[in-house]
Amino acid sequence: MQELERVGQGSVRVTRKSDKLVIVEKDLATEQMVLAMGPQHPSTHGVLKLECLTDGEVITEAIPCLGYLHRCFEKCCENVDYPAIVPYTDRLDYLSGMNSEFAYALAVEKLLDLEIPRRVEFIRVIVSELNRIASHLVAIGTYGIDLGAFTPFLFCFRDREIILGLLEWASGARMLYNYIWIGGLACDVPADFLKRVREFVAYFRPKAVELQELLTGNEIFVKRTYGIGIMPADVAINYGWSGPMLRGSGVKWDLRRNDPYSIYPELDFNVVVPDGKLSVIGDCLSRHLVRAVEMEESLNIIEQCIDKIPSSEGFNSRVAIPKRIRPKAGEVYSRAENPRGELGFYLESDGKSTKPVRCKARSSCFVNLSAMKDLSKGQLIPDLVAIIGSIDIVLGEVDR
Amino acid sequence: MEEGKEVSRSVQESTAAYKIIQETFGAAVSALDANETMPFLEVLESGRWVEIALFMRDHAKLKFNYMACMTGVDYPAEGKVGIICNFQSLALLNHKLAVKVKCDRDGGCIPSVSRVWHTANWHEREAYDLFGMIFTGHPELKRILCPDDWEGYPLRKDYKVQERYHGIKVPY
Repeated sequence: MQELERVGQGSVRVTRKSDKLVIVEKDLATEQMVLAMGPQHPSTHGVLKLECLTDGEVITEAIPCLGYLHRCFEKCCENVDYPAIVPYTDRLDYLSGMNSEFAYALAVEKLLDLEIPRRVEFIRVIVSELNRIASHLVAIGTYGIDLGAFTPFLFCFRDREIILGLLEWASGARMLYNYIWIGGLACDVPADFLKRVREFVAYFRPKAVELQELLTGNEIFVKRTYGIGIMPADVAINYGWSGPMLRGSGVKWDLRRNDPYSIYPELDFNVVVPDGKLSVIGDCLSRHLVRAVEMEESLNIIEQCIDKIPSSEGFNSRVAIPKRIRPKAGEVYSRAENPRGELGFYLESDGKSTKPVRCKARSSCFVNLSAMKDLSKGQLIPDLVAIIGSIDIVLGEVDR
Repeated sequence: MEEGKEVSRSVQESTAAYKIIQETFGAAVSALDANETMPFLEVLESGRWVEIALFMRDHAKLKFNYMACMTGVDYPAEGKVGIICNFQSLALLNHKLAVKVKCDRDGGCIPSVSRVWHTANWHEREAYDLFGMIFTGHPELKRILCPDDWEGYPLRKDYKVQERYHGIKVPY
């Protein structure tokens, strides 16, 4: 081991003096540094600016600055008819468009008190769960790549391509579907669709296991996420967390189970909560594990739906859609379990117009991200990247 | 609602929760609008809103620990703006309730409940950004979605978009 000689105080210069390493420090700056992470940054998962006040490598505060993707969703909704809002809801959380449309359709159907044909309900659940798997694949793949694991990223996207192909076959678009309409669907699924979905489920099961081995079985990944960004359950509820974030803190709360909608009461699936064996409950690794295991639960849901779905004999996906959607005067707050948490829609109708008086999207990512300032106190900058990845934000939903 | 139609269980639970609030706060809260889609009460004395909020969160039979959503709303006919908060007792008593609080459009204030539920912090900033009501006691009340130097409150019904922003023509 070489001897070190320290001379003076301040900025570091390392020189070699006859086989001895000399560290000369001069004018060491000790004030807090303001580091702007974003809005263009590969690890912020979108246009998010984090103003980090750092003391060296330790963050004293990381303040999220939003609004870079604000597209005035709520104002637009007041100017268009109820059915025309469906493409806007796609673009909120663009990685899980089917789920967002589903949540919106549920809200309007509550105001209208509509009854939906059974086959429509089953197809809605199938495409929503497929979209959930696709969304979790992006979350897991990009989380790995943020932390330096390059391989799972493309494995995830390879499998996601198959799902996107299936959804394109059903709805016509890969990502922004405009498929789940108020009162029904745009069209029925193609003839062999369910057969191909079943094949996909069989194909994907071993791939999900492989993904677990690649990430959770990787010591470096575990070391970077174990015990980082711990959020206790009651604080998480107070912050309004929902979805995998809340389940990662140990709260067994899933809207598909606890506030059920559509045909979820008839389906058998587990609500995934970490047991504390592989991870600390409430840390980044727990949240990642919840997403990884949820994909397998979604596969079970899809299989059950394909087994139980009524036949397409004489089926018209638009039969229950009213000619003019003009809900009676009233308000509703309705929510659905998005891959990122609870997506809620508050709708107010005045009973006379075909446009909503107020349409508010309660965004899961917006609320999940609000805890960022407190979660990041005292963390190292690389751990901040691990925390952002575990929150799994999509700026389309944060900013609307 | 038709006469004699059975009230759903969730509305019954909300009504029971409302009764507990009304026993303590009496005239400070309005009557419950027990509709099927979103039963709500209105806080008539907005000065007592934080007190009511703490009561709702901590009372043993209410336990509204989860604020699902806070929406800003414009009431142009009444000359007011307001908020609508949706609460649930998550994983505890499971009942839901909505609360409305209103204030004047020009210079109106609503006490902030961001210290009761952290969810309210950003939701109140968003309501301020888009509607313009001031939340007194909020730790950091500034715009969140619009740029910090944006003029006007976009989601108000009488909002006119500004002509120019830093020299860029805004209306297209």
